[in-house]
Amino acid sequence: MADDTTPDEGATPTGFEAVEGGPELSTGESPQVVQPEGLERTHPTVKATFDRFPDAVLRHEINAGDQHVLFLESSRNLELLGWLRDDPDQKFDLLSDVTAVDYGGGRPLQVVYQLWSITYRRSLRVKCELPLDALEIDSVVGLWSTANWLEREVYDMFGITFRNHPDLRRILMPKNYAEGHPLRKDFPLRGRFSRAEQTRRALDLDADDYYLPGERGPGRDPQILGESEES
Amino acid sequence: MTRKTIEYTVGRNPEMGIDGRPAQGLMEPLEVEEPTLGTERMLVNLGPQHPATHGVLRLILELEGETVVSCTPDIGFLHSSFEKLGEYRTWNQIVTLTDRMDYLAPLIYNCAYAMSVEKLMGIEVTPRCKVVRVIMMELDRIFSHLLWLGTTAIDVGAFTPFLYAFQERERIYKLHESLTGARITTSATRIGGMMADIPEGWEHDVRHFIETFPRTLDEIDTLLTTNAIHLGRTLDIGVISAEDALNAGFTGPNLRATGLDYDLRKDNPYYDYETYDFDVPVGQNGDCYDRYLVRMEEMRQSVKILHQALDRLPGGPINVEDPHISLPSKTDAMNDMASMIHHFKMIMEGIPAPAGDCYFAVEGSKGELGMYVVSDGGSKPVRWRIRPPSFVNLSVISQLVEGHLLADVIMVNASLDIVLGEIDR
Repeated sequence: MADDTTPDEGATPTGFEAVEGGPELSTGESPQVVQPEGLERTHPTVKATFDRFPDAVLRHEINAGDQHVLFLESSRNLELLGWLRDDPDQKFDLLSDVTAVDYGGGRPLQVVYQLWSITYRRSLRVKCELPLDALEIDSVVGLWSTANWLEREVYDMFGITFRNHPDLRRILMPKNYAEGHPLRKDFPLRGRFSRAEQTRRALDLDADDYYLPGERGPGRDPQILGESEES
Repeated sequence: MTRKTIEYTVGRNPEMGIDGRPAQGLMEPLEVEEPTLGTERMLVNLGPQHPATHGVLRLILELEGETVVSCTPDIGFLHSSFEKLGEYRTWNQIVTLTDRMDYLAPLIYNCAYAMSVEKLMGIEVTPRCKVVRVIMMELDRIFSHLLWLGTTAIDVGAFTPFLYAFQERERIYKLHESLTGARITTSATRIGGMMADIPEGWEHDVRHFIETFPRTLDEIDTLLTTNAIHLGRTLDIGVISAEDALNAGFTGPNLRATGLDYDLRKDNPYYDYETYDFDVPVGQNGDCYDRYLVRMEEMRQSVKILHQALDRLPGGPINVEDPHISLPSKTDAMNDMASMIHHFKMIMEGIPAPAGDCYFAVEGSKGELGMYVVSDGGSKPVRWRIRPPSFVNLSVISQLVEGHLLADVIMVNASLDIVLGEIDR
């Protein structure tokens, strides 16, 4: 999908060419860190998760020296994250971050949950891989309300749909933004539309048209009076 | 032409006593029948261009009389996609993007970014660099809290603390300038060290600052902490319980004001913070006043850390002595062909990072500031993500202001200490 932006082998574009051509995409497989066996036993939570959900944990990595990463079955993220939060031996009560990673080259997108347990002073990174043709995953807003805006941002930037999210709309980009999802690797740095078209759309946006009293608020869909062009 | 004389009844109000007090006790509300008023709710658009929103933040408020029924924040006005820009830059070039996010505490962002990449690359910086970065981060914690203090005070009508706080900030600006050459866009760190070692006499300037600054802080303290107006505007306003705050992802002073003593400098120490002697202030009620008290005390604790850091500042090199990471000195690059080629290759190609990812969080002035970097083995990141503390803290504002008056929205928003450059990124 992003092949036309991949630079030729050997000739690394520099300066403005590099900017025009898009980010450098590595063409290899998803980088997997080679690690000795049995290291998952060193992190109590990783060990417990492997023992309890042997079929839902896909693999385990240790990155940057001591950071444990668990790859989970994306269809069971809610169940496992709920267990990680509530189990008395895990207690990951702070969801630091929800984000996503696009490696480009048609590889699956990763949704990344960064957890921290205040009780046990432990951190854990949980990843779920989503193939590009099925960018849907359960929302964890029910577990941590902090996921509300963070998941909206992932939806805005990567186009991943979070099922059962109470208020899934764009958050950083304007509501009539129709150029796609900016942090995907196939998105050109300067956007898809021309500068003139971008300016025209920005001026078209009359923010006052978007809200009516009593009809909006957290958890309620905004009542759109002026139909935007994309719909 | 007729001359018209108008008599003004200037002077005494017949209902008032001699020295301005009411002649017949306190004024009672008149017994007037309430007119039948429409119950239509009003929509007030606060911002995006309003000084009290502390940036280009837009709040859409639904009001019932003067009470807020619901609040919908609208953000993204400053969005410049730093994360996308970072994917087109080498690891060292990204440093300049970090200080443009939180321009109120740029050095903390510089340091946090460099630390996360160093962690990914497995680089251990020199002891001198560690202490210098601790000094920079604590200095900018004061820097950021002072801006919060001044602007919050002016939001509730206190003008003097604003002037005092900004005068002290100006001194930190000067310290920034002599350290990095810039007042706001510092870009002080590099992977494996700093842009340059601290200039001669800088530590004496810092020491002079931390010796004189607490006096100003005490003056502001006497102006605000027991001030009846300030108390009335902050006590029991924007209350959140510790459990809710944790669930909502609050970190930093906002979380500690609810009574949880979660501080990354203590709980997940980096740069030998466990060897510094300092306390973590916590509040009890989680309201605006506790957030104020926590930040005031944090500035004092930062001064304490700064004293210890300056005392232990070791000598030696500031950058790691590894030719794969650090640039050769300018003298060498200008005089020696091999060093010049080395310099050229380092600048043009960048430093490759091993494949993998790394999340590294520091205790920023506004909360947990995490940097998540993903590499596939190249000299540019595949993904560079900032865990934005203000973004997460702001997301709770609709809960905090519901049921409060419109004027309290300003206070709650100010007490969260947000910076829009980092929320919109």
